[in-house]
Amino acid sequence: MTTTPKDILSKEYKWGFSTDVEADVAPKGLNEEIVRFISHKKQEPEWMLEWRLKAYRHWLTLKNEEPTWANVSYYHIDYQDVVYYAAPRKPGDGPKSLEEINPEVMEAFNKLGIPLGEQKRLAGIAVDAVFDSVSVATTYKETLEKQGIIFCSFSEALQKHPDLVKKYMGSVVPYTDNFFASLNAAVFSDGSFAYIPKGVRCPMELMTYFRINQADTGQFERTLIVAEEGSYVSYLEGCTAPTRKKHQLHAAVVELVALDGAEIKYSTLQNWYPGDVDGNGGVYNFVTKRGKAMKNSKISWTQVETGSAITWKYPSVILQGDNSIGEFYSVALVNNRQQADTGTKMIHMGKNTRSTIISKGISAGRGNQTYRGLVRVMPGAENARNYTQCDSLLIGEKCGAHTVPYIEVRNPTAQVEHEASTSKISDDQLFYVMQRGIAAEDAKFMIINGFCREIFKELPLEFAVEATQLLKVSLEGAVG
Amino acid sequence: MSNTIPILEVRDLHATVAGKEILKGISLTVRAGEVHAIMGPNGSGKSTFTHIVAGNPAFTVTSGQVLYKGKDLLTMSVDVRAKEGVFLGFQYPVEVPGVRTAQFLRTALNAIRTYRGQPEIEFKAFTQFLKEKSALVEMNQAMINRSVNEGFSGGEKKRNEILQMAILEPALTLLDEPDSGLDIDSLKIVANGVTQLRKPDNAIVLVTHYQRLLNYITPDFVHVLIDGRIVKSGRRELALELEAKGYEGFKKLTAAPA
Repeated sequence: MTTTPKDILSKEYKWGFSTDVEADVAPKGLNEEIVRFISHKKQEPEWMLEWRLKAYRHWLTLKNEEPTWANVSYYHIDYQDVVYYAAPRKPGDGPKSLEEINPEVMEAFNKLGIPLGEQKRLAGIAVDAVFDSVSVATTYKETLEKQGIIFCSFSEALQKHPDLVKKYMGSVVPYTDNFFASLNAAVFSDGSFAYIPKGVRCPMELMTYFRINQADTGQFERTLIVAEEGSYVSYLEGCTAPTRKKHQLHAAVVELVALDGAEIKYSTLQNWYPGDVDGNGGVYNFVTKRGKAMKNSKISWTQVETGSAITWKYPSVILQGDNSIGEFYSVALVNNRQQADTGTKMIHMGKNTRSTIISKGISAGRGNQTYRGLVRVMPGAENARNYTQCDSLLIGEKCGAHTVPYIEVRNPTAQVEHEASTSKISDDQLFYVMQRGIAAEDAKFMIINGFCREIFKELPLEFAVEATQLLKVSLEGAVG
Repeated sequence: MSNTIPILEVRDLHATVAGKEILKGISLTVRAGEVHAIMGPNGSGKSTFTHIVAGNPAFTVTSGQVLYKGKDLLTMSVDVRAKEGVFLGFQYPVEVPGVRTAQFLRTALNAIRTYRGQPEIEFKAFTQFLKEKSALVEMNQAMINRSVNEGFSGGEKKRNEILQMAILEPALTLLDEPDSGLDIDSLKIVANGVTQLRKPDNAIVLVTHYQRLLNYITPDFVHVLIDGRIVKSGRRELALELEAKGYEGFKKLTAAPA
């Protein structure tokens, strides 16, 4: 990605365009009929509909249990004022080939830098492109299939691999898990499914790109990744949305299953529309992400959260198997009126389990963020180890950063370390960098980038470059 | 006296920090090819002087002029001064966590080159250039791959300053106590580096407490700075006189500025 000074100077959210595309849209509101409508649209098996309905009925019992403990504030969400299904209309039923994809949608992904066409597709990255409620295309499918790797939309997985979906779906995040996870289970529309067979090292990055387009539409995607014994996969997730005056709801669920000796590396660049300077519009991002790590396996979450008006997200690892490893690397940035309450949960159950948490928070403008993390060592987790480091960088006088660690240790052999720091860009640092010929704004970005380096180096190269650019654009105006 | 425009011309410079006057009327002319040493006791204003020329916003210039190649330096921002060719070697080099030294220097060099209308230096060419220059101050690859000054020893930090000077090739280098905190081996490395970077078309102003450094970097002029004023200027010999007499002998001169 190249960025010209002009790009950097334009204070617009540059992914804010919307695409004029004919769409099948469900009426606003949520009831059993809508749940049935979505299931029917997707021609789902009966058991899937039953599961959705159970989730919906459970969600109804949670009506008064929308979480309020997070350090974020927003007006009450009217769940009857949301569209739960929107799909770009296309000539046939289901995208059988690229020619059948709505050209406006193809163009939208081109603009986002995610070309889907055979000739232009990204090298070394297989992409599943999700537009509003449906997956419109998945690249490199055939290449992957040769190794037995399944990478497709969730809807397609339900048709073609129902047994796998049935076996693992809800095994990490049950539909009763929390308010937003229940809502997602009832109305989820699409998302990605990946399955890596035993002993296979996935030869390319798998990526899902989520795009919200329709106004007043919620996006409720569900992603399930299953890594069989001894397999490896690196998965990337990117997201953007048009600039809209009203808030949009995004409530996703991601489940990872790493079986014995498997490794899953999950990287996110979250860049949903953050709202304007005064906090109008922007995506409410309420996401449940969790992985289950079996014996000798490893799950690593890396996230760069720069978008959304509100982020509520705690990618977690249940370290169930002995010797399993959980990692959480995070950069969260809030500017203007953005709010983020994000962190992780590391649940140590197996012996010799290890977890590492490195969280970097950047607050600018009137942004406010909280790191919230739980490290729990269960009685059976002999010799569990955790290292947590939370660093906050404040830019300006009106932002906030908070750290809320929860540590619960029920085994005396555990070693849990927690370090936290809060800093500002010092005048000395700035003078030093500028004295070498680097202009003020670039000097600040350089220092901020340095602050994030520990996290960025965990990202695949292309993503790391994009993350750097994202940071720059997101901080526009805050470091002038 | 040559007729060419001096690299640095300071006229009756007064400056304060937090309301307190630190510089009380400094005048100094530095021409291409010259090395000037400014000596003086603690708190005399030596470091302040270098920081003001470089544009540190912590200090306020209350009157006087600073011309660089005939241009008014005081109206330029810190980075523009650097781009014009002013370099400050810090007494206490600052750590920049997470920013690798090599990347830092390439970014700086390219910012300067862009300002001068030169093309940016390619990654490969820069790596080679950096390698050559690091040999000058005996810095190895491992140090260059570390974050800027992070975890560096005192001596390593000082060598890193000279490396940066070598890379950025300034016309005017201000070295603020390049010898402080150095053992004799490091001192020789730093001094040797500076001497090799001495060119007919550049100038160096170095600030030090001790005559010792001047055994390795021979200055053309020596200035004694006491209480914000240059009380005496002379040739190399002045430093030796200073060593013999101590600053006490010069303090009486502060009452009657030149």
